[in-house]
Amino acid sequence: MPSYVNPEKCDGCKALDKTACQHICPNDLMVLNKDIEKAYNQEPEMCWECYNCVKICPTQAVEMRSYADFVPLGASVTPMRSTDSIMWTVKFRNGTLKRFKFPIRKTPEGSAKPDGEFKSGTEDLKSPLLFTEPESLRLPELAKI
Amino acid sequence: MVAEFENVEVTTDLLIVGGGMSACGAAVEAAHWAKMNNLKVTLVDKAAMDRSGAVAMGLSAINQYVDLNSGNNTLKDYIDYVRNDLMGVTREDLVANIARHVDSTVHLFEKWGLPIWKDEEGKYVHEGRWQLMINGESYKVLVAEAAKNALAELGDNGEYFERVFIVEPLMDGDRVAGAVGFSVRENKFYIFKAKAVLVCMGGAVHVFKPRSTGEGLGRAWYPPWNSGSSTYFTIKAGAEMTCQEVRFIPVRFKDAYGPVGAWFLLFKSRATNAKGEAYMETRRDELEKWAPYGKVKPVPANLRNWLGMLDVMEGLGPIYMRTEEAIGKLAENYKDDPKAYKKKMKELEAEAWEDFLDMTISQALLWAATNVAPEEKPSEIAAAEPYFIGSHSGASGAWVSGPEDLQNDATKSEYFWGYANMSTVKGLFCAGDASGASSHKFSSGSHTEGRIAAKAAISFIVDNNTQPNVDMAKTEDLKKTILKPLELFEENKGKTTDPNINPNYIRPKQFMFRLQKIMDEYAGGVTSQFTTNKALLDKGMELLNFLKEDSEKLAAENLHELMRCWENVQRMWQAEIHVRTILFREETRWPGYYFRSDFPKIDNSNWLAFANCTWNPETGEWNMIKRPLKYLTQ
Ligand SMILES: Cc1cc2nc3c(=O)[nH]c(=O)nc-3n(C[C@H](O)[C@H](O)[C@H](O)COP(=O)(O)OP(=O)(O)OC[C@H]3O[C@@H](n4cnc5c(N)ncnc54)[C@H](O)[C@@H]3O)c2cc1C
Ligand code: SF4
Ligand code: SF4
Repeated sequence: MPSYVNPEKCDGCKALDKTACQHICPNDLMVLNKDIEKAYNQEPEMCWECYNCVKICPTQAVEMRSYADFVPLGASVTPMRSTDSIMWTVKFRNGTLKRFKFPIRKTPEGSAKPDGEFKSGTEDLKSPLLFTEPESLRLPELAKI
Repeated sequence: MVAEFENVEVTTDLLIVGGGMSACGAAVEAAHWAKMNNLKVTLVDKAAMDRSGAVAMGLSAINQYVDLNSGNNTLKDYIDYVRNDLMGVTREDLVANIARHVDSTVHLFEKWGLPIWKDEEGKYVHEGRWQLMINGESYKVLVAEAAKNALAELGDNGEYFERVFIVEPLMDGDRVAGAVGFSVRENKFYIFKAKAVLVCMGGAVHVFKPRSTGEGLGRAWYPPWNSGSSTYFTIKAGAEMTCQEVRFIPVRFKDAYGPVGAWFLLFKSRATNAKGEAYMETRRDELEKWAPYGKVKPVPANLRNWLGMLDVMEGLGPIYMRTEEAIGKLAENYKDDPKAYKKKMKELEAEAWEDFLDMTISQALLWAATNVAPEEKPSEIAAAEPYFIGSHSGASGAWVSGPEDLQNDATKSEYFWGYANMSTVKGLFCAGDASGASSHKFSSGSHTEGRIAAKAAISFIVDNNTQPNVDMAKTEDLKKTILKPLELFEENKGKTTDPNINPNYIRPKQFMFRLQKIMDEYAGGVTSQFTTNKALLDKGMELLNFLKEDSEKLAAENLHELMRCWENVQRMWQAEIHVRTILFREETRWPGYYFRSDFPKIDNSNWLAFANCTWNPETGEWNMIKRPLKYLTQ
């Protein structure tokens, strides 16, 4: 059951109009069981273990139990994602623990400016220059073969 | 009774179908030119743009950065690399066009906040000649954010839809007129009417049987959510297709498919067989057979695969990535300085794990579950099943026009017809995995190609500023066909005590398994060690035809399953065009991707050419076409 939901932690995202895990799963796997207001993975054998449901869940209710058809039991990999970095805790079957922290972005969330503040070098639709070029190339002009 | 589906009509100028790397590039570029020309841009994705497509989990490297600014590389260097890696079959005009713009896109990524590794001098850290190391967990989040911000700048003229699955193109004679699809959340049927459509729906997986067929079915190297929608959409519009035989088979850490690039390129690791022999050394002579491409450096990806496969076929597996040896060698450099050694080891360990955690978390889980300490023991690598990903080391996609200014006298008449990245169908543009014969674009090049195509599409719209006619009667027929699996299920589900086993319909999962079994056994999948021949392919075609007939009996219990039905119809078309094109090309050009036992050699005198084809929407007939290869660099 690749991703699975801890029933004690899942609150069905009741404050939101759609659940976070259902919103994010690229493969449309996470659904809410309306009777008990808890989420589950409706097609675990189509899960990529991309962890997007794990990362987004506001109550840390989603975890991963690796594919049972080729992965021995007992390990876990757990992320804690903040606005600028991610912390990973890797627990081995033999109990070894490793922690890693990596940056994820260098700008405030939401701030990506489409043109990256590069100037446009042309207004000509027929020119091969893209709208941030040539400045964004850091070259005076397009390279030739 | 199946519930009513409300029609939602959206009229726009440019429609971008897909929301991945190329679509996000397209949105950013299109928004700029659309604003200038007062045009509307609409994007539609089957998932949530923040985490959709092949980069949904993140990536640990940007695989295309040409670094023209440093003077270390030229455009020609990149073209040579791609042409050789594809055993000569590539559109140099398309490759060159992406390569001359891609650095610009990477610089944008950095401005948006993507952490790209830098050395003490502030220069990008390269993984290999063309690859940059990144902290890429949020790569797709950032790229989607810029795309959404760009669309927002258009006000009412910028719109995006998520969770709408696109099925078919709408046509007005020989010009594309839009697309139809359905919401996977509510009973809504979407009719998008557009002056130009840009296809960015990625490649295809699960056409072939994967190695893991239980719970690990979804752990293919390529993400299970890209199902050949681009191929299906462009074929159905009547567009000419190219390189549909050029599948991609990655060799990765076995079972979880964790990346090997950092181990081979950064840590200089070797791969060896059961006897400790390195096939890249012991089988060097084999490369002569595949000259001139066998002799170039780096050795083409398929030939590297091939040498390893020869070991496996001779029973010399398992093949190991010698991580312990690589780390040992690195350690030797520090043998007199234990403190520096410890620091270096700590760094390497974080780099190795980040490589997995950024893009293949399953591999980290597998290593943890099997107590792997890479400095102590090696890890197995293996060839995955075949995928269709024209943006990576495969080449399948639509046949598109190149840019005018890069053509020479020989190429212009063959490779240019008015607008960069327009397919042979008027107004239908393609980028990323959707456009063919221009491999090695990867994430950055796909984004770039989306930008190139979007600018050209806006230019097309300005030149052809009329809304194509949409025949609403035909659209209603399409709606009936697309929703039919829901109806079939409702009508028949009560006829047996188990809704899964019913003689009146087939559910999408079993349909997919049938397709995968055919492809695996007849078209050169894992169990046939990627080998096939005409007799096998003909038999496979016969079985595919039964499957095609049975596709009309696909049944869906709900919207999610309706999407699964159409994903698998799309996979089936991807399968058919693949089989037809392998049959057409009577040689073996890419051993390591597939081997034709009846034509076991490369045949440069007859087949240094493109194998193209079209499907005629009027007659349903396929037409195979051989197109000449013309280089810009020679
Ligand atoms: C495992 C893996 C590792 C990779 N590693 C690297 C790397 O390290 N560095 C690098 O640079 N590149 C890497 N790549 C390549 C890179 O990911 C691709 O080249 C790139 O994502 C292609 O862009 P695209 O827009 O064509 O497709 P994608 O980015 O896959 O986008 C496809 C989009 O289409 C949408 N879609 C699909 N079907 C439909 C439909 N029917 N209706 C509506 N929307 C639909 C999807 O939701 C998605 O938004 C890797 C790829 C894979 C698979
Ligand atoms: S995101 Fe978390 S809390 Fe919300 S429904 Fe999903 S599992 Fe439950
Ligand atoms: S891990 Fe990814 S594919 Fe699996 S359920 Fe979660 S979001 Fe979906």
